Amino acid sequence: MALKIVKGSIDRMFDKNLQDLVRGIRNHKEDEAKYISTCIDEIKQELKQDNIAVKANAVCKLTYLQMLGYDVSWAAFNIVEVMSSSKFTYKRIGYLAASQCFHEGTDVIMLTTNQIRKDLSSPNQYDTGVALTGLSCFVTPDLARDLANDIMTLMSHTKPYIRKKAVLIMYKVFLKYPESLRPAFPRLKEKLEDPDPGVQSAAVNVICELARRNPKNYLSLAPLFFKLMTSSTNNWVLIKIIKLFGALTPLEPRLGKKLIEPLTNLIHSTSAMSLLYECVNTVIAVLISLSSGMPNHSASIQLCVQKLRILIEDSDQNLKYLGLLAMSKILKTHPKSVQSHKDLILQCLDDKDESIRLRALDLLYGMVSKKNLMEIVKKLMLHVDKAEGTTYRDELLTKIIDICSQSNFQYITNFEWYISILVELTRLEGTRHGHLIASQMLDVAIRVKAIRGFAVAQMATLLDNAHLLTGNTQRNGICEVLYAAAWICGEFSEHLEDPMQTLEAMLRPKVATLPGHIQAVYVQNAAKLFATVLRKHDGETESQAAQETSQLLIDRLPLFVQSANLEVQERASCILQLVKYIQKLQQKNVEVAEEVTALFAGELNPVAPKAQKKVPIPEGLDLDAWINEPPSGSESEDEKPKAVFAKEEPKHSRSRHTEVDEKELARRREVRKQEQASNPFYIKASPSSQKVYDAPGVEHIPVVQIDLSVPLKVPGMPMSDQYLKLEEERRQKEKAERKKKEKKKKREKRGKERKADSGPESEEDITPAHQVDIVTEEMPENALPSDDDDKDPNDPHKALDIDLDKPLADSDKLPVRTHRPEVLKSPAEDRDGESVPQETKKKSGKEKKKDKEKDRKRSKEEKKKKKKPKEVEEELLESQPEEAVQSEETKEAAAPPTSTSAEQEVCVLMCVCLQEVTAPSSSAAAVDTSSAAAPESEPDEPKDTEPEDTKSSKHKKKKQKKEKEEKEKKKKKRHHHHHQHHGDAGGEDSVQNGTVEEEEPLPPMSNYSLLAENSYIKMVYDIQGNHQDESKVVVSVIFENKSDSFLKAMEFNVLDSLNSKLQRPEGAGAHDSLTVPFQLPPGVSNEARFVFSVQSIVMPQKLKGTLTFIVKSDESSTHEKLDFKLHFTCTSYLITTPCYSDAYAKLLESGDLKGSSLRLEGINMPFHHLLARICFHHHFSVVERIDSCASMYSRSIQGHHVCLLVKTSDQTVSIDAKCDEPSLLGNVLDEIKQTFSKC
Amino acid sequence: MIKAILIFNNHGKPRMSKFYEHYTEDTEQQIIRETFHLVSKRDENICNFLEGGLLIGGSDNKLIYRHYATLYFVFCVDSSESELGILDLIQVFVETLDKCFENVCELDLIFHVDKVHNILAEMVMGGMVLETNMSEIITQVEAQGKMEKSEAGIAGAPARAVSAVKNMNLPEMPKNINIGDISIKVPNLPSFK
Repeated sequence: MALKIVKGSIDRMFDKNLQDLVRGIRNHKEDEAKYISTCIDEIKQELKQDNIAVKANAVCKLTYLQMLGYDVSWAAFNIVEVMSSSKFTYKRIGYLAASQCFHEGTDVIMLTTNQIRKDLSSPNQYDTGVALTGLSCFVTPDLARDLANDIMTLMSHTKPYIRKKAVLIMYKVFLKYPESLRPAFPRLKEKLEDPDPGVQSAAVNVICELARRNPKNYLSLAPLFFKLMTSSTNNWVLIKIIKLFGALTPLEPRLGKKLIEPLTNLIHSTSAMSLLYECVNTVIAVLISLSSGMPNHSASIQLCVQKLRILIEDSDQNLKYLGLLAMSKILKTHPKSVQSHKDLILQCLDDKDESIRLRALDLLYGMVSKKNLMEIVKKLMLHVDKAEGTTYRDELLTKIIDICSQSNFQYITNFEWYISILVELTRLEGTRHGHLIASQMLDVAIRVKAIRGFAVAQMATLLDNAHLLTGNTQRNGICEVLYAAAWICGEFSEHLEDPMQTLEAMLRPKVATLPGHIQAVYVQNAAKLFATVLRKHDGETESQAAQETSQLLIDRLPLFVQSANLEVQERASCILQLVKYIQKLQQKNVEVAEEVTALFAGELNPVAPKAQKKVPIPEGLDLDAWINEPPSGSESEDEKPKAVFAKEEPKHSRSRHTEVDEKELARRREVRKQEQASNPFYIKASPSSQKVYDAPGVEHIPVVQIDLSVPLKVPGMPMSDQYLKLEEERRQKEKAERKKKEKKKKREKRGKERKADSGPESEEDITPAHQVDIVTEEMPENALPSDDDDKDPNDPHKALDIDLDKPLADSDKLPVRTHRPEVLKSPAEDRDGESVPQETKKKSGKEKKKDKEKDRKRSKEEKKKKKKPKEVEEELLESQPEEAVQSEETKEAAAPPTSTSAEQEVCVLMCVCLQEVTAPSSSAAAVDTSSAAAPESEPDEPKDTEPEDTKSSKHKKKKQKKEKEEKEKKKKKRHHHHHQHHGDAGGEDSVQNGTVEEEEPLPPMSNYSLLAENSYIKMVYDIQGNHQDESKVVVSVIFENKSDSFLKAMEFNVLDSLNSKLQRPEGAGAHDSLTVPFQLPPGVSNEARFVFSVQSIVMPQKLKGTLTFIVKSDESSTHEKLDFKLHFTCTSYLITTPCYSDAYAKLLESGDLKGSSLRLEGINMPFHHLLARICFHHHFSVVERIDSCASMYSRSIQGHHVCLLVKTSDQTVSIDAKCDEPSLLGNVLDEIKQTFSKC
Repeated sequence: MIKAILIFNNHGKPRMSKFYEHYTEDTEQQIIRETFHLVSKRDENICNFLEGGLLIGGSDNKLIYRHYATLYFVFCVDSSESELGILDLIQVFVETLDKCFENVCELDLIFHVDKVHNILAEMVMGGMVLETNMSEIITQVEAQGKMEKSEAGIAGAPARAVSAVKNMNLPEMPKNINIGDISIKVPNLPSFK
């Protein structure tokens, strides 16, 4: 054997290993791709060999090739093979390859589930470790669901090496399978206090990641973290915790108050810069969250700023960067503290490191005030000139615009200056941000009415010098500015000094080289200018100028009519025709000016960005409804061009209030004025400096005599600087004036109160250079205020928004190991050993589907061959997958957290307090019981019902507790086990010949029957057998308080018979009653369980009993009593037990069973309902089903087999039954008969 | 969370790449190329952080890198990681490599990328920091190395012999390209743990 191995390895030692491959690639530098493709061919050959060592070697090489960018997904199956090698060396290679190239779309992943599970439970910790590491990279929702429980067990592994990995991977599991979060969380929390620092750190890591996304759910952990923070010395852990606190404090200001002190201490004491930095960061977060008004508030801020200053001044660029980053966070809430470090930040603008410059720019954004805006922007403009590299320059440009336009141009006192800045920015070469500048120009011109005159003049110059902008192809981005310029000139053409000249500039042949959308604006606005020119010359008879203008248009427009751009062409030809017509009228001396102007009448107001979204949909308007019948296919093509126009129109042409009469306009003006009065951004004229402009109506006032003598470009000095100078002068003057006034006032008011001296110029003192009307954005009437539409619905972390403080409900359980039940096993096989499930497991995936398909085909064939029973049996069992699952489940259910089987044995009297589980409010509890009383009341169960029913009834004992869980599981199963489901449907279809009755939902069913009832209390009960003990049954009784009073001291007693006895605690007498372990507030119900021992089960039995209780109302308390009869049916001794068809056949063949039969007439329900009823009420399971014929099986607690063959035809149901105990059988059949006679 | 860990040399050749989110091979290569492009044009003594934003998922992300001799070590992380902490982690990583390869050089990484992966797996798992203690990492790596050797046993001997012979014939193998002064610490950043 050893020799063979040695021989094998000698064979393969001449194979290329990874080193050879790398070496080969390095030696084939010139034809690398070719060399690699031959290597891949070799690898393919190697993968075909049986020797796992060869395969592993090949996979190892593939991993390397994957890094080089080669797709190796074709080898996914081989990777799985290598992963499942028993040798650690190969396993590691396999897992590494998988972690590098597997992802959610890799279909072979589903084959790995069992292998991973096996590795996770391997005795070798490194096998487990490698599996965990690999899994962390390719975990899918399916893997997460199937393995969550295994990983959770590993969290308590004895080796810290495994523990920390298991803890860490839980985060990935939570992401993929959010349901696991609640059940796993308690243990995760435990690990925060793990003795091993690595595990602790991992747990902190995971919780921090979780809390970062949904902090509010983790607030309750704050004390624990607080303790850790003050005790831990591990900087990694400290940093994580401190970061976490940073996320938590915004939600809980009290936490922040507590944090400040320890954090401050840390800041003072720590020597690790990383920790110091995070502390400062969190202190900042705390301070932001606290409302101002804390006494020692400013001290903390000062401390932070001071520490950050140290960081920024440090020679280490990293610290400098982070210091600036943190500074920008302080800036948001405490701009004053940061502004005092302006010098430092401006200094950083000169740093050679771009990252640092960018950070400094961010800071500048928040540091501007009315006072320093111009100065700062001037600095930035200098940087713009100096900057090398377009990215940084573009960044500067956007920053300048951001800074100036922030909060509705709040800090701009002089818009002329701003316009000049914008115009200067257009000189930037190669910027991408032409559209940004353009939109600013438009914004300012539209919203600041007073500036229009100036803006128009500047824009006209821009248009005139358009060749400067467009001349260089590199400057293409900037020509967007012309779009704005043309539009502004056209729209506000009344301000133009010489519209004719501008018009001429706009119709130059060179314009035709501009992008289409800009040309379109040119053409449209040329028409507007034309209108203005006409109006200017209105009244002059036979105006030469007007006619010249028309001629100009007629000469120049044909150029645009030929444009390839549809928009330009259309506009140009429209306008051309219009102008031709006008020219004719002009020649006839008709007054046209007014009419032409009317074309462009009306005022344009800015619209809020979200206005469209906020228009509420009128009631009764269905936007999806067709207005007309949908056009047929051929028509739609014809309509396309129309749609194009309709779409593009609003972009370029103005939406005008065409038919607005004067009154309406006046009214609107009035409204607007009122709005302005209440608008905080509306800068009111200060009467002291601007008396001149007191006239009513803003529109008509030229606010400032614009000094157009200031040349557009002063050589050596940019124009904006002039404004800076002017502004300073102006402020000086104002100041002086104010002082004078104040002196006057003081003189007047001397002796009265003393006003604070103005001292340094404060914000409010700076008056705007000229009155500015910042028009507010228009919103639709009755706009909807809600605004939280910014969240990404696809965020995976959303699913993890789970309340973790609620106590764990039973529904919060990880799914325990289940087998995909596609392969039929007899119980004997099942016991065979570990190997079987793994093999079956491997068969999943595609093969599984194939199997199913085969089966389906087979079954069809079978049917033709008059249904050989055995084959079809198998097929049927496949459609009952739940049973296999179930059997596994019962085995594994002993695992935490609720060890059901243990409970069953120990409990003499078991009570499940539903109240504890659900919310304490009585209504909720009532709802809960009502659903408990009708456990299967889910009417949406088309095909799954039968197996589900058998399943749930089998677990009668646990049912109350696990009900929710069951339901959830069902849902999950339905959701996840697509394959299985398809199989189900397919199988049944073939059996049913496609009859529709399968689709009918089942009516709700309940096994709880009324025990007794009076005006105070109602009792319903259900009896379930117990697998473990053949002489015991459990009676679950739900007590419901129907009164308005409190029920307490309930005692339950039953008169024992010879056959059946109530199990009482040791030491109690045979006639003592049992105390019900809860009290019932009004309207609440709760369940208690009582165990009875029975000797013979062949006969039904009735036991008399009494419930005594005290009714306590406000005034009085009375003792009450209620008698009842417990009916032990034979059915209640039966336990749903799955049976495999082969075993079933054997059982029938054995001949030990005695037969009996039953006929039911007039049964008017679908066959599957009938079966479901038998399953549910009488604890049977379906063994197989063919058309309208089914065999069923059940077992008594004492091991009697009960077999049924149910046939139906035309409302008649015949049941042939066999059992080894004839009297039991007779009684069961009677009970079945009763069940169906009831309905 | 760490989104990706990349090692490439001064020419942008990938020496190891580990992505903790799935990308296609093409995208991965593109990310490596762009990252190299961003990182390589930066001067030596400027800060080690870079807002990589566009590359891997959103503006929350940062590139944190260190440059050692011929190699760049780049970590792409989101805002939940401490920048200085990650810088230190890179240092720990490189020091660990140095110990495991005994004076690590680029060639070690070229020929033993699988080993680099295995070392990394003991430090970072699924994008989260697993262990920062160097001696603990080395202990685990060595223990696994021992297992590997014992598994190879007799069967592995001939293969080892052959590969030793192959390496002997290799002129380019000398460990001359040392990754500079490996024990450089960030100034003013006392050792982390």
